[in-house]
Amino acid sequence: MSGRVLNIGYVPLVDSAPLIVAKELGFAADEGIALNLLRQPSWAALRDLLALGHLDAAHMLSPMPAAMSLGLSGAAIRIDAPMVLSVNGTVLGVSPALSSALRASGWRADLTAPHDTLARILAVHDGPLRVGVPFPYSMHRLLFEYLAAGLSDIQAGAFSIVTTPPPRIPEAVADGELDMFCVGEPWGTVAVSEYGAELVLPGTAIWAHAPEKVLGMRRTWAEDNDAACGALLRAVFRAARWLGQSENHPLASSILAQSAHLDLPDHAIDPALTGHITPRTGAVPWDIPHFLKFHQQAGTFPWRSQGAWIGTQISRLTGVPADQATEVAASCLRPDLYRRHLDAADVDMPGASAKIEGALAHATAVASTRGEMILGPDAFFDGATFDFGAI
Amino acid sequence: MCGAVTAMLKIAVVEADRDRAHQIVDALRDEGWGDIVVLGDATGLARKLGEIEPDLVLIDLANPNRDALEQVSLASQAETRPVAMFVDQSDDEMTRAAMAAGLSAYVVGAPEPARVRSVLKTAIARFQVTSQMRRELELAKQALADRKTLDRAKGMLMRAKGVSEDEAYTLLRKTAMSQNRKVIDVAQALLTAADLLE
Repeated sequence: MSGRVLNIGYVPLVDSAPLIVAKELGFAADEGIALNLLRQPSWAALRDLLALGHLDAAHMLSPMPAAMSLGLSGAAIRIDAPMVLSVNGTVLGVSPALSSALRASGWRADLTAPHDTLARILAVHDGPLRVGVPFPYSMHRLLFEYLAAGLSDIQAGAFSIVTTPPPRIPEAVADGELDMFCVGEPWGTVAVSEYGAELVLPGTAIWAHAPEKVLGMRRTWAEDNDAACGALLRAVFRAARWLGQSENHPLASSILAQSAHLDLPDHAIDPALTGHITPRTGAVPWDIPHFLKFHQQAGTFPWRSQGAWIGTQISRLTGVPADQATEVAASCLRPDLYRRHLDAADVDMPGASAKIEGALAHATAVASTRGEMILGPDAFFDGATFDFGAI
Repeated sequence: MCGAVTAMLKIAVVEADRDRAHQIVDALRDEGWGDIVVLGDATGLARKLGEIEPDLVLIDLANPNRDALEQVSLASQAETRPVAMFVDQSDDEMTRAAMAAGLSAYVVGAPEPARVRSVLKTAIARFQVTSQMRRELELAKQALADRKTLDRAKGMLMRAKGVSEDEAYTLLRKTAMSQNRKVIDVAQALLTAADLLE
């Protein structure tokens, strides 16, 4: 079926998979739309093209809609996210030099103690720790800053955030420009296998269910293009559900590698999909449950409480008043659109649109329309809970 | 063009291609803008810009290091942070021209709008020319790559089906026409399928 063409921006990362699969496996065509996937060289370029209307929707870092809506990044324009595209999928690593210093100090990886790891890194490193992240408003930066903020004795200026395009991060770490990084796959794996870096933590050790990428669009576009928006949400949802089934992972790897959209070989895509991440050359791979989620545990559902958490972090980093940042960021996530457009698609919906973030230490059954929903774990490393309703 | 009383705008051009950077700088100098710094290397871009303190930063829209520029806006004081231009849609014509030319610009502080416009007009014109040259180069490269793909696909058909080169091409063309696809896409699909079967 041929129909309306939607211009969709993306950055070539493994977690853009739902958009690629929606196009390549025909989920979009089934909804009567065609996806024109437009690769973007940077998040800034994607942001500006979306703001100007050259893109109808885009693969975005989860804090970007809030940052744009608050006027912190590019034009002040309301951007909404009616669907989460991916959950988790990031790794934190250190340079070869820092890895040696860490190991010489007797440190051994312990994925349950991220605070101890960061404290040790700061202790063995001379001078400010230069931490590479893909974008100022990224979950990567929020997770690192959240981890660092919890260290009681951290000095002002102990670290500096250095925005670095993900494909450059492995090289920058090897060249001594960065001491540490937080990045999405495959760039952590590349840093290890080709540049001698060591991964010290998966992002899940900081927050077990962190919304990583969202499907973003201008609020006015969603209002003016209700049918196209619905078709897009249903197509991408079906792609995410297909990606969430582990028996599809080999085929997914091969579709992603064969398609012209990513330019990555199979072996760079597999670790993210399987959660088997090799932390340093020759080491036994980690087996990270829920390393990268597309659909599992209601992964696509745009919880307003996730937006609110992002808002509180943005407030802390920028000085925007907390009530304003939290309210705007929460309103960027649009469970109302998700419910309305997916209602006809036989999708199990949670009973609530906000939850207490961090409350689930284990997978837990929750109330849902079809009674099949299991959420969690979604714990923060420090055991904190974040109750949006209580703000 | 530039009054003696008001200070010159300090312009930073972020461009790794030396020839292109020179062309942009020359065009700006011809218009009387003399205070220009070229940054070619991505290493430490944010730090270097912090030291140079330009009023205006010109960078290719497609330059992956734009995200590093976003960083500068966090490091500096709010009143001196660079602000991406062409995103407020206040000047539609110039915005469209800049986008079409592949130029993005960041303004730091509050330089005189008329002076900024004047620089941008020159930069847009120069970006248009060099972007066009780039596109032509890419098209030429693509044509060469397509040629190779087509030759490999023809060779494969000649071996597999024992046909002549002309017959192999006719077969590819017929298949393309019947499927409403381009010949090069059919050739590429054939090679991809062969690679998978190997």
